[in-house]
Amino acid sequence: MRRYLLRRLAQAVIVVLGVIVLTFVVARIVPGDPAVAYAGPHATPAALQQVRDEFGLDKPAIEQLGDYLKGTVTGDWGTALHTHRPVLDDLGNVIPPTLELVGIALLVSLLIGVPLGMLAARRGGGPDAGVRVGSMLSVSAPVFLLALTLQFVFSQKLGWFPVAGEYDPKLDYTHPLTVLTHLTVVDALITGNFAIFFSALAHLVLPVIAVAAYPTGVIAQMTRASLIEQLGEDHVRMARGLGYSERQIVRGLALRPALNPVVSVTALMFAYALVNTFLVESIFNWPGLGSYATASIQALDTPAIIGVTLFVALVYVISTLVVDVIQVWLDPRVSLS
Amino acid sequence: MTVMETAPLEAAPSRAPLRDFRAALRRQPLMAIGLGIIVVLVLIAIFAPLIAPHPGDAGNVTHPTETLLKPGGSHLLGTDQLGRDVLTRVLYGARTSLLIVVVVLAISALIGVPLGIVAGATGGWIDDVIMRITDVFLAFPALLLALALATVLSPSAEHAALAIAVTWWPWYARLARGSALAIAQRGYVEAARALGVPRWKVLARHVLPNALPPTIVQLSLDAAGIMLTAAALSFLGLGAQDPTPEWGLMVNQGQGLLETNWWVAIVPGVAIIFAAVGFNLLGDGLRTLLDPKAGRRW
Repeated sequence: MRRYLLRRLAQAVIVVLGVIVLTFVVARIVPGDPAVAYAGPHATPAALQQVRDEFGLDKPAIEQLGDYLKGTVTGDWGTALHTHRPVLDDLGNVIPPTLELVGIALLVSLLIGVPLGMLAARRGGGPDAGVRVGSMLSVSAPVFLLALTLQFVFSQKLGWFPVAGEYDPKLDYTHPLTVLTHLTVVDALITGNFAIFFSALAHLVLPVIAVAAYPTGVIAQMTRASLIEQLGEDHVRMARGLGYSERQIVRGLALRPALNPVVSVTALMFAYALVNTFLVESIFNWPGLGSYATASIQALDTPAIIGVTLFVALVYVISTLVVDVIQVWLDPRVSLS
Repeated sequence: MTVMETAPLEAAPSRAPLRDFRAALRRQPLMAIGLGIIVVLVLIAIFAPLIAPHPGDAGNVTHPTETLLKPGGSHLLGTDQLGRDVLTRVLYGARTSLLIVVVVLAISALIGVPLGIVAGATGGWIDDVIMRITDVFLAFPALLLALALATVLSPSAEHAALAIAVTWWPWYARLARGSALAIAQRGYVEAARALGVPRWKVLARHVLPNALPPTIVQLSLDAAGIMLTAAALSFLGLGAQDPTPEWGLMVNQGQGLLETNWWVAIVPGVAIIFAAVGFNLLGDGLRTLLDPKAGRRW
């Protein structure tokens, strides 16, 4: 077990190094002079040379790769061209709102998807058909169309929820928020700032539904398939023969092994939802990673784009690592090779 | 995923594939519906110039006097803000979407399957190197690589397809590796090796054909995801550019007009859902056909 974990960890480190090298290559093939991009089009030759010296742009590519690797590992992810701030500082500001959105959305999809899948697996018939059709539609609908429709119907037409943003900006004057964790809902709750807390919750509803739709469908469908499989196992039939109720069987025997693949898929969904969020953020003007990525692209800000890419790739590598470890932990039969 | 690697699908031997397929369609009405949707889409894509009411509107034209006309009359589904017929552009959009899906699937399979088979059938350090490279590319989200590519190259449907393919092939490498691992241990493969058949010939003649069915099923299951990703890229302005008729781009162009001219965004949006449902139903049906134990998803 320990050997497997060490091996898996070593693999993850190699993959991360590969990701860093790949981002470096992508950054290198961007046309145009990075010194000009940083110093501006009207910079004097002397100023350009100064920028080149400062960032080591005259060094051979392999040496730059070395510097880049060292910087990435030691926490220097370069300076964002469009904000003129360190990329890591920028990321520290934009990641929490995205985590808030994705985290709540995944929680919601687990709370809805698992019971729906269980219902479909146990009842069959009408509920089953309903869940199947619903989950198929939820993975077939483009997330941006869903977000647009939700925004149009529930905020523009019905006025039930705010159109965009993280919370009402006017509250900054009347109820200034003390920033602790950068997670607005959490910060507002801790500091007892209920005006912002409820405003933030109302702003979260529609984006959360949009982000949660796809994972909910996948989780419901996986729970259903997995539970049906478990309920057909010999030991479950045996328990049925012994007179245990269906509820006892699901609770005591079938549910835990059935949820094993669901746990794995949820961890992978996290990385997926992180990217799906980009579309939702751009529609609801959510001040998160997606909006930052979009702004970086519009500004042709290579260091910032690379930073976002690197972060998402890291999250993916870590999620798969967690999935593999959880699978071994939950089910010793999973091969360790 | 580990699940796929440990339990590669196996094709049931069949002597009358066509008859079996027809029987399967009868058994699985949902798959028949999915197949029907995809056939309709392909026909639309091929015959778009013949069935579209205003074929010229798919290209670089504007009709300043006919902007945002309501559905009806000679414009069954209305016109967009440049006066172009929405029905025409949605029909032509099937071409763009299907083309992207086919290109991405072809590139991904052509890179992924050979690499996966070589990795699975040879093992050792070659396997390790190939799979770590696969992992690196797997870690790159398609959307983000496309963002990066769009800044490097100019945004276009071709570059979007390229970006998706670069991040999609690892799945096929993993799948093919799993199949190859299982097949390489079969008696007939070992027999061929023992007889001194060259290694590449064993791979091409014995391992590849048996690794293909699960790959084909995966290709059909993935088509919907690829189409949605391409539409998302266009929606963000990183894929197809106007005047290319592309559904995601059309939704983007109509997003500010939902209040007054809903058809500009909703019609292409419905087209996306229609196509994705078709691909999903067909893919799931094919999977059930190949691996009845796995059970239907929908």
